Amino acid sequence: MLVVRELTKVFGGVRAVDDLSFNVKSGTIHSIIGPNGAGKTTLINMITGIYKVTSGEIYLKKEGVSSGDDIEEIVHGKRENITNKPIHSLVHKGVCRTFQHLEICSSMSALENILLGFHRFLNKNFFLSCINSKKIKEDEKRYKDEALELLKLFGLEGIADKEAGSLPYGVLKKLEIIRALATKPRLILLDEPVAGLNPKETAEISSIIREVADSGISIILVEHDMKMVMQISDEITVVNFGKKIASGTPKEVANNEEVIKAYLGTKHER
Amino acid sequence: MEKIKNIKDILFLTAILLILPLFFKNDFQYEIAILSILNAIICIGLNLLIGYAGQISLGHGAFAGLGAYISAILVGNYGVSAPLALLISLTFIAIFAFVISKPILKLEGHYLAMATLGVGVIIYIALNAESEITGGPDGMGVEIFKVFGYEFDTNIKWYVLVSVLLLISIIAIKNLINSPFGRVLRGIHDSTSAVSSVGADVSRYKSYVFVISVVIAALAGSLYGFFSGFISPSEASFNRSIELVVMVVFGGIGRIYGGLIGAVILTILPQFLTSFEDYQTLIYGVIIIFVMMFMPKGVVSLFDRRSSAGS
Repeated sequence: MLVVRELTKVFGGVRAVDDLSFNVKSGTIHSIIGPNGAGKTTLINMITGIYKVTSGEIYLKKEGVSSGDDIEEIVHGKRENITNKPIHSLVHKGVCRTFQHLEICSSMSALENILLGFHRFLNKNFFLSCINSKKIKEDEKRYKDEALELLKLFGLEGIADKEAGSLPYGVLKKLEIIRALATKPRLILLDEPVAGLNPKETAEISSIIREVADSGISIILVEHDMKMVMQISDEITVVNFGKKIASGTPKEVANNEEVIKAYLGTKHER
Repeated sequence: MEKIKNIKDILFLTAILLILPLFFKNDFQYEIAILSILNAIICIGLNLLIGYAGQISLGHGAFAGLGAYISAILVGNYGVSAPLALLISLTFIAIFAFVISKPILKLEGHYLAMATLGVGVIIYIALNAESEITGGPDGMGVEIFKVFGYEFDTNIKWYVLVSVLLLISIIAIKNLINSPFGRVLRGIHDSTSAVSSVGADVSRYKSYVFVISVVIAALAGSLYGFFSGFISPSEASFNRSIELVVMVVFGGIGRIYGGLIGAVILTILPQFLTSFEDYQTLIYGVIIIFVMMFMPKGVVSLFDRRSSAGS
């Protein structure tokens, strides 16, 4: 789905991400882990065009192309270069993200937040909007139903008309994922989706993430909750000081000496 | 429910606009009413920018003034018909606003306020300096507003014209706010990251809302010029821009009828205060301070309590 090649980001003298390469397979959960300050969020921000890349490239599989995840396909035009493309244009190519710190429109209702997610499918003509034309009304009705459907799927149908600002943190974390799903993505980047949640909520969200991946949507997951990462990931890339130090299945990574030394090492020394 | 309430509000406002002239005793009262409505139209547009999209502009007075000057010059100096002059003026202002919006709306908060203020001051200076075309600080006369031979020569005609325009702008902006387009604007107010993460180009929508509100201001400004028959650079001054923002905040930020109520009260209030002579500005200021202290959501919040108690 996504190929990241030799990605580097330099902030002044700090190499926040240093020559990082990895490959996200379609329909899998690819986790990126590492100690605080390892450059995980910087990486996500680069992929989603929020930070400008210092050097390196990011390639996304083209829509409707049936293929594996071979890097050679770049040459054959089955992938497109999305380096430094802003997030709003990536959404139209099927990439969406959530944020480490909640980015919810707090003065709108939960339902409206999800409707915002359907943005790219809705008619935004200024003049039609002003006269509240039939087309706009029909669209709105159809997507309202779809948004309610999504809320129901997550067991949140009761909060549709509540103002988002009044909802608890755990619900908002879910709402952000629902909003991302509403954009009908092929790839979602989740930046710490369970940070600050209790074990029950964490379990709920990880099963949601698993289900999403099983439905064919690729996921890049950045998370500190090791139990969750080890449970649901198909593949893990471990980053430290901006450099990749290991990658592989959860089992391989957990037994990797480099990883234990750099990351889990502190625990072993105790 | 929401829909019925909207229709009720519009009907209520229409009724007020229809009944009001029965109480007008002289031309002066008509003039104040027309001025209030023109200010209200500007404030409704400005509220879309400030209240809904969360961007500030301290240059709207200047944009309104510039619109008025362009219309007046086209009609007076070049013999262009009034509707065409209005069209050219608004098109020019729209393009102008779009061009400056690109760099300016990258700024936020105080910096955006400073930038719009700067643009406003430049317009004001230009209108003062270009005395050969604008008449400089003395201002210039504006010809009568004539649409396809029909002259707007009485206050009643003007009152009807601006009232219709007010109703149209309220309905249009209300529809806009509740549409997907408006949802993006409200989203920008809360979180630009959220809006861009669902695929909306934030800078483009910021430009759109800026252009829309500037064009509305220029339209009302142009009509003011035609109505009063005279414009001077003070219509485009910094004070005028501040006055408009105060009207929006005073009436109720982010509320359609807030802009309307703020504009009406703050246009009429100085007329009542003239009897206090020297203390006029002082009392005006004190009233605004007290309203903001006890009704931080604006005067329009008074009506909320009444309607919720009734239901």
